Amino acid sequence: MNALTHLTLAQARRLLAAGEVSAVELTEAHLRAIERARHLNAFITETPERALAMARRSDQRRRQGSQGLLEGIPIAIKDLFCTEGIRTTAASRILDGFIPPYESTVTRKLWEAGAVCLGKTNLDEFAMGSANVTSAFGPVRNPWTPPEEPVARVPGGSSGGSAAAVAARLCLGATGTDTGGSIRQPASFCGIVGLKPTYGRCSRFGIVAFASSLDQAGPMARTVEDCAIMLQAMAGFDPLDSTSADLPVPDWAGDARGEVRGLRIGVPKEYRADGMPDEIDRLWQQGAAWLAAAGAEIREISLPHTRYALPTYYIVAPAEASSNLARYDGMRFGLRIEGENLVDTYERTRGEGFGREVRRRILIGTYVLSAGYYDAYYLKALKVRRKIREDFDRAFEHVDAILTPTAPSAAFRIGEKMDDPVAMYLNDVFTVPASLAGLPALSVPAGLSAEGLPLGLQVIGRPFDETTVLRVGRAIEEAADFRHVPHGLAGSEA
Amino acid sequence: MALDKATVARIAHLARIRVPEEELEPLTRELARILDWVEQLAEVDTAAVEPLRKVMDIPAHWREDVVTDGGRPEAILMNAPRRHDNFFVVPKVVE
Amino acid sequence: MSWVIEGETGKWELVCGLEVHAQVISNSKLFSGASTRFGAPPNSQVSPIDAGMPGMLPVLNRFCVEQAVRTGLGLRAQINLFSVFERKNYFYPDLPNGYQISQYQHPIVGRGSLTIELADGTTKEIGITRLHLEMDAGKSLHDQLPDATLIDLNRSGVALMEIVSEPDIRSPEEAVAYMRKLRSILRYLGTCDGDMEKGNLRCDANVSVRRLGSRDFGTRCEVKNLNSMRFIARAIEYEARRQVDILESGGVVEQETRLFDSVRGVTRSMRTKEEAHDYRYFPDPDLLPLELEPAFVERIRASLPELPDEKKARFMAEYGLSAYDASVLVAERATADWFEEAARGRDAKQVANWVITELFGALNRTGRDIDACPIRPAQLGRLLDLLNDGTLSGRLAKDVFQIMFESGEDPETIVEKRGLRQVTDTASLEPVVERVIAENPAQVEKYRKNPKVIGWFVGQVMRATGGRANPQLVQELLERRLR
Ligand SMILES: [Mg+2]
Ligand SMILES: [Zn+2]
Repeated sequence: MNALTHLTLAQARRLLAAGEVSAVELTEAHLRAIERARHLNAFITETPERALAMARRSDQRRRQGSQGLLEGIPIAIKDLFCTEGIRTTAASRILDGFIPPYESTVTRKLWEAGAVCLGKTNLDEFAMGSANVTSAFGPVRNPWTPPEEPVARVPGGSSGGSAAAVAARLCLGATGTDTGGSIRQPASFCGIVGLKPTYGRCSRFGIVAFASSLDQAGPMARTVEDCAIMLQAMAGFDPLDSTSADLPVPDWAGDARGEVRGLRIGVPKEYRADGMPDEIDRLWQQGAAWLAAAGAEIREISLPHTRYALPTYYIVAPAEASSNLARYDGMRFGLRIEGENLVDTYERTRGEGFGREVRRRILIGTYVLSAGYYDAYYLKALKVRRKIREDFDRAFEHVDAILTPTAPSAAFRIGEKMDDPVAMYLNDVFTVPASLAGLPALSVPAGLSAEGLPLGLQVIGRPFDETTVLRVGRAIEEAADFRHVPHGLAGSEA
Repeated sequence: MALDKATVARIAHLARIRVPEEELEPLTRELARILDWVEQLAEVDTAAVEPLRKVMDIPAHWREDVVTDGGRPEAILMNAPRRHDNFFVVPKVVE
Repeated sequence: MSWVIEGETGKWELVCGLEVHAQVISNSKLFSGASTRFGAPPNSQVSPIDAGMPGMLPVLNRFCVEQAVRTGLGLRAQINLFSVFERKNYFYPDLPNGYQISQYQHPIVGRGSLTIELADGTTKEIGITRLHLEMDAGKSLHDQLPDATLIDLNRSGVALMEIVSEPDIRSPEEAVAYMRKLRSILRYLGTCDGDMEKGNLRCDANVSVRRLGSRDFGTRCEVKNLNSMRFIARAIEYEARRQVDILESGGVVEQETRLFDSVRGVTRSMRTKEEAHDYRYFPDPDLLPLELEPAFVERIRASLPELPDEKKARFMAEYGLSAYDASVLVAERATADWFEEAARGRDAKQVANWVITELFGALNRTGRDIDACPIRPAQLGRLLDLLNDGTLSGRLAKDVFQIMFESGEDPETIVEKRGLRQVTDTASLEPVVERVIAENPAQVEKYRKNPKVIGWFVGQVMRATGGRANPQLVQELLERRLR
């Protein structure tokens, strides 16, 4: 039965459609895998009963001729999406016991497409982190951790639980959210594909907000095609989100198969940052060579404000977060630690309910918005953000997509980079520029590091041009022919 | 950039986050480190630059003025740490 | 005519501006689909958006935007085609998000003005600084439980217009006149019902004083919680005198927020929090900037009703009404409409008199407003027709009016049923005159010395005829007979 968990999402769809496997069988196989992989701590909440009930209903629908895009496909949901009737934590103590009385638009669309919910995956608290080490529910272990190593590797973050679950074959796909790289960087660390769509493609309604002008939901799966299928189910205009784009949803699953011949691919010279490890640089050149071999034209481009992207991000995101997280005050839901009076109750609840990194970012955000500092920090950051966006606009006059590494390193060990927040923030150096510009970007596994850990390449596209991003990603995927599986899973491969 | 403990304490109070006295010193150092780092933005000439207010240039959509929500006090109150009848109960507010 | 505060050391002048919060008339809230209906059970008109639940997002109500633009146009104000919703961040248990969505640097409406009318017949322009849209907070109940506060979020998210005036107000009377005029305009426009008792219209006053003739501005205090016209006047007057007393005794007015205690008629300092407010305003990233098409504004402009100032001018020109009568009639659109319908084809001045004295008197006595008036405008018109064609005397017409007001019946029916038609024929009045004279020889003697006593005889004849006799005719007959 293990073979069922090693299928791609697309393969599973075909078997389900052919009646060779039922949604219940597929779901049961994944539930068993989840049980066996509890040491990874990829899930905060498992929902086996709900999964089986959904699978049974899916099989029933299929018998009645339903053809949902994800009919019967078991998936996992980052625990940042509110799911009606299922505890939703954002990996924070402060949401203690919170059960949403509503469903996020993205998950609702997934269930409407027939998907089966296996559970809610672990993440960095409020999606703030790049290693999934800030979760109130403990860190996630990267399934790629070499067996001889005593300390686990991080899966990346913040969508670390989703990335680990997809990599460890605990689900056929998972949702992630990406604010500064939170889909792409963990995808790279876990050897899977992750796509951050254009800002506005997927509704933010019902997703616990981190930084509203950056947050975007996206799919995480083991192939580019699988991501395309999932995205097609997740995306679309939502009148409940004022920043949602009212554009048709293309047939990505089909279009992603197109050629890259004739496409112009930009390689930004500023990304060749000082101290980029050789193996990352080599992989990047390899990626460009693959695309050239497939008929694309490689052009060097310039994104001159690249180096200012991270500091811009670390003003804008905490500023928005400091306000977005003000609602966690112990008054209407979640944790309340009773104090001596109102202010004391607020301060204790928030002091103890939020973890260290979240507190740090709220304080930074509060500071940069406070009287006397707004112009120097926040307003300045919004102006630099425009410059960064304009860099991309200019670049896209000459190229159709941009190729970069996804992360400056492979997965590091739990506990590393913990003493210096800025060192941790540098993880997102390649992913943050596209986030600030709102552009679609995908990470696709392209090779292994010297230590045998996966490395991803990032493809960035024009606004709302996920199609080209998927196409280029697919060309890399084909050329890279990445067949490696995490340690400990090799034996169980079909 | 001179971020001092008093400023951090003031900001923490503004954000309603209790910071134990012994954590104030290391926290001030961490925050100062981050602020020092982001201050490199000062190098960028933004004299004639408009702040970016819209990530994507999409038209706004508005709601029509119809009642589509409400009428579910139970859903609103079900997560309340403390309630009394159909009210939220919060620590006494002194005006 | 200036209002001055006589101090020990000289004369002082009030400098005052008002910040008015007007609840927008709309079915649903500014950013959610929950109802705005007043008086519903606690937390029954709350969307998860209004409760600040995780992942909830605001979506702007188009109609509320129209209402703000409509109000701006009614205040002869600049409509800003680009405005921005910002978050005003502070913690309070009735503010679920931890921020109020408001407009700060870029309000939807800029400078405008309105004209107030004062008791001495003069008018004055009061500048409007701005109008912006924002959401209301929930309601705190402090005295239900001994140890805790209760929160009802029904109001949370209801659209408000904050209308800020220039510091052009110089007396409590002007403040009240401003509020009345603003209320009148809002009600004409249908953008706010102006119900101060329900808190749908409330105001804060920024009050400072300066020596008469000075052009400097003194330190101002913001007096909050003014929820009736009477309190506005009393609070401003009290606060101005308080400041004068401080300044005259060599003290310094501290800039602070004060509350008006309507029971004791004083203002008192709101326990100043140890920290200064730092609202950390920034553009709400959940909402795009509010960009209006010129055509959107023009459509609203084209649909504006005739406003009180224009209507007043027209009533004076078209009907020859006095400025005072015209102002009284146009204060409420419904009253003005009522009047115009009654006056159609009739003597408008006469109709105006009847509306202002008889109708308003009756409405006041019964605590009703014009919408609940039992008399229809055409009925009053027909009553006046009966008066003018001599069917009714003035006295009878007033009686019939009272019966109409109580029963809602047509004037003709009342006259018919009760036989209230005026008696105008000599033949039926002469015997009554004869009898009254015959029965009162002593009064006849008095009349010989003092002809004014004829009034007494008229009264007797009127009483004897149940008030139906034409008084002029009675007087003539008496004079002829007594001569
Ligand atoms: Mg105000
Ligand atoms: Zn206000």
